[in-house]
Amino acid sequence: MASETKGNWWIWKVFWILLFITAFEVALGMIKPPFLVDTIFLGTKLLNHIFIILTIIKAAYIILEFMHLGHEKKSLKWTVLLPAMVLVPYLLFIILSEGVHSYLMI
Amino acid sequence: MDEALIKDHKPAWKGGDLPYKASYGKLMMWFFLITDTLTFSAFLASYGFSRFKYQDSWPVPEDVFTHFPFLHGDHPLLFVALMTFILIMSSVTMVLAVNYGHKMQKNKVILWLVLTIIGGSMFLGSQAWEWGHFIHGDKGAVVTNGSSSYKIKDSLFVNSNLAHVFKDGHMYSIDNLSEGNHHDSAHSDDIDFDNFISAFASEKDLNLRLSDKTILDHDVAVEYLKERGLRTIKGADLYENEYGHTLFGDYFFFITGFHGFHVFSGVVLLIILLVNVIKDTYARRGHYEMVEKIGLYWHFVDLVWVFVFTFFYLV
Repeated sequence: MASETKGNWWIWKVFWILLFITAFEVALGMIKPPFLVDTIFLGTKLLNHIFIILTIIKAAYIILEFMHLGHEKKSLKWTVLLPAMVLVPYLLFIILSEGVHSYLMI
Repeated sequence: MDEALIKDHKPAWKGGDLPYKASYGKLMMWFFLITDTLTFSAFLASYGFSRFKYQDSWPVPEDVFTHFPFLHGDHPLLFVALMTFILIMSSVTMVLAVNYGHKMQKNKVILWLVLTIIGGSMFLGSQAWEWGHFIHGDKGAVVTNGSSSYKIKDSLFVNSNLAHVFKDGHMYSIDNLSEGNHHDSAHSDDIDFDNFISAFASEKDLNLRLSDKTILDHDVAVEYLKERGLRTIKGADLYENEYGHTLFGDYFFFITGFHGFHVFSGVVLLIILLVNVIKDTYARRGHYEMVEKIGLYWHFVDLVWVFVFTFFYLV
């Protein structure tokens, strides 16, 4: 295993990345830069898109590094990732567009 | 991982072909986590549905989660940021435990497992505090008529129409307006509410913010309270909450509760794991793969929190 010879430094690297992203998110949430709040894109604020992208980056680091999936065999990697990568966006697309639709119906 | 594979290796027809190069136990943990991912995705998607559908009466998260233990004033996001930090930290200690498990260093595994258990317990304590605060309430609100109702099967659910008291652009606690009549119950009676209106009327710098976020000037607000005000409300339960739409409270309890249950289960698993490490169960087995399997679960709990944090507190 590569990680066994690598020691522990990579763990702390991922930790600092996760901590930095979280601190950045909290700072953005407190400051709320006006142009990010006022710009609406795909039905929600630009700021929310930034939060979601940062969240997915954090999730990727947790899954690929902490859960070690990035270093598993390719077949296992895709067995785990594909169901979520296909089904979750599909579910969100259906459910959220229905949510907007039923808002307009009330 | 490799140690476990070599130990448990069997011929191809007994599952020895190893297409995934991972042991049975680890694969099953991954498959469980896939199903759990889809469960949490469904919860968060339905939260998103309700939030889009009732966007007019949905609360702004930073009006709701503003408190920090032992600190006065409003500190939106600070406490959940701390909770996130605690959980990320406990994920790091878990990876370290897994790492030393590979190297069969029993004492280091024990050290990092104990720290992970402490981190998990701290997170659970923080969540209990957060729930307590959410249930007891903060600034309170006025319930006005014009409440909407919706029907699911044969049950009628009522969504209270709320108005919040504002002063200088900040939410103002209704406790300041109902001094002398504190109640244990969340609902005060009619006489109290008349007193509340006159207290509101006597403070000229108070405004009222309706659930669709429009702000009424003082004189208009007094008229609005007299005409449409029903009672004050403080805190939250499954039927009603002071923050906004009823479903907001319900989803908060359900999703953070389900996640908290996962954390609790994780802490229990970690304690069992720790006992087994101390008893040399894994040293005798020849590998510490169980640390890795429980570790996968623990990281997953952290992963879910990353999403709950974003969709409940940030967005």
